[in-house]
Amino acid sequence: MTMMKSLAALLTVALLAACAGPSRSTVDENAAGTAGTQTGGAMSSGVGEGGMGQGATMGGSALGGPGASQENRIIYFEYDRFDVKSEYNAVLQAHGKYLSANPTSRVRLEGHADERGSREYNIGLGEKRAQAVRNVLLLQGAASDQINTVSFGEERPAVTGDDEEAWSLNRRVEIVYGQ
Amino acid sequence: MSRINWQRAAAVFALLMVSAGLRAELQIEITAGVDKAVPIAVVPFGWSGTGARPPQDAAAIVAADLARSGRFAPMDRKDMLQRPTAGTEVDFSDWKIQGSDVLVIGQVVQGAGDQFEIRFQVFDVLRGEQLLGYRQATNAADFRRNSHRVADLIYEKLTGIRGVFSTRIAYVTVAGPATKRIFRLIVTDADGENPRIMLESVQPIMSPAWSPDGRRIAYVSFENRRSEIYVQDLRSGSRKRVSARPGVNGAPAWSPDGRKLAVSLSRQDGNLDIYTLDLDSQVLTRLTSGAAIDTEPAWSLDGQQIYYTSDSTGGPQVYRVPALGGASQRVTFEGSYNARPRMSPDGKQLAVVHNDRGNYRIALVDLARSYTQVLSDGRLDESPSFAPNGETLIYATREGKRGVLATVSANGRIKQRLSTVEGDVREPAWSPFPPN
Repeated sequence: MTMMKSLAALLTVALLAACAGPSRSTVDENAAGTAGTQTGGAMSSGVGEGGMGQGATMGGSALGGPGASQENRIIYFEYDRFDVKSEYNAVLQAHGKYLSANPTSRVRLEGHADERGSREYNIGLGEKRAQAVRNVLLLQGAASDQINTVSFGEERPAVTGDDEEAWSLNRRVEIVYGQ
Repeated sequence: MSRINWQRAAAVFALLMVSAGLRAELQIEITAGVDKAVPIAVVPFGWSGTGARPPQDAAAIVAADLARSGRFAPMDRKDMLQRPTAGTEVDFSDWKIQGSDVLVIGQVVQGAGDQFEIRFQVFDVLRGEQLLGYRQATNAADFRRNSHRVADLIYEKLTGIRGVFSTRIAYVTVAGPATKRIFRLIVTDADGENPRIMLESVQPIMSPAWSPDGRRIAYVSFENRRSEIYVQDLRSGSRKRVSARPGVNGAPAWSPDGRKLAVSLSRQDGNLDIYTLDLDSQVLTRLTSGAAIDTEPAWSLDGQQIYYTSDSTGGPQVYRVPALGGASQRVTFEGSYNARPRMSPDGKQLAVVHNDRGNYRIALVDLARSYTQVLSDGRLDESPSFAPNGETLIYATREGKRGVLATVSANGRIKQRLSTVEGDVREPAWSPFPPN
């Protein structure tokens, strides 16, 4: 499963980088926004990710902070679950430490679900996932007023497709800096 | 901090109240009908007047409505040997030979100004008796709606069940490329004609819900990049934001008296719970608490109970709680996933999204016997909504990769598919009966 998740994350990165991935998946606005400098059209704060220009170089690699790579800003979840898997400990620790060290920095946690089941229940799942990530960041030293959560449920899939591979990429929390 | 930013973010959206063109928004196709649809002849109505002719063909609208119900098989006009427009012109033996059990004739009579009167009669061909005679007054603008009302009256006379041809359907469409999705909240007549765009946004629109009087729609809009609940007046298009609290603002459901919304809010603690919101006083009453996801409320007919989805025992199941507060009680037990309850108009059943051997399907849960009947046969079906006469449910399903709507009769036998010309269509909500 971990292997599959890694592959899935790599696939997303490849898709986002090239915008010409395998034909059965397409990247939507939201996923593209995470990769680039915009976040789905809400450009009000003036602190775009690219504009920060200073990634948290924790231990030499950009695990946390606005400079973290795409794959280190998305946390994936199991079906109908909202517990954060231990494989994300290092990444979330890095984000938490960055927020703790940069008290003016702000982050928005966008929770998502796969398309199965009812839509408002999936809003609930997305919110629970965002809250779970929030709780980890708070434990790592972030302050509560640095973190906002929003759930889009199944309304903004990262990829289209109706199989387990697509679903596993859509059950996620995206960490968006500068919100 | 971010609240203000999100307000300023001002996602591009527009409020429109337009007649969105000439073509029907939804294409409707009957995919399964009853074995013995009643043969009926709806003769083109005569015209009696000297001014502008009626804007639509009333008899054609009536015949199409009756055909769409799946219970009637209207005779093709070109097979009609005679076209009587008055009772005295009817020769029953001809209709009997041609196999019609029921005959509908009528005429449209010009009135003052833009007024018309649709006069029609319904006959039992075998007995040679009139079953119904009626005069429906209308103006030109409401001619189509009143033609549907004629169909409603005929349907009720012949089946004993009130017709729903003059009702409407609200739904959400998503169109455009993946990088530039456009969400629209649309209201059409029940036959897919007369579409109107209520709201258009680049951010998601969810969960449309009709007020009991059919004049307003509550829905969730993400236009400020977070969920907020709005109530919009259909006639004027004006709207009001009724809940924009921190966290999730979701799943609005009108109380039977139209004074309150039941909603799901996560508020500061991030915990989704059921609340009622009094629309006049803005008083918020919390009905559930705890760590579970509590959402998708639906009121009982008497307004005393609220049914809702909760994952407090693991997967989602339906529970109910007294609308004024009290202990919750689990309602569904069959299967691992039962969510988004909707009360049937007779109060005896709940429509739910049910996991049927790995497929998400529409099911009816009988409240007295706790018996679950699966109605749909898709893989990703959701959002069931009852027609106000309880005979039919509309829901969202898939056709290939596209989201489409489908209807199924409550006995599972009559099925239709409704699709848009392009893009996805989802979250159908059937209106209440129109006021008489």
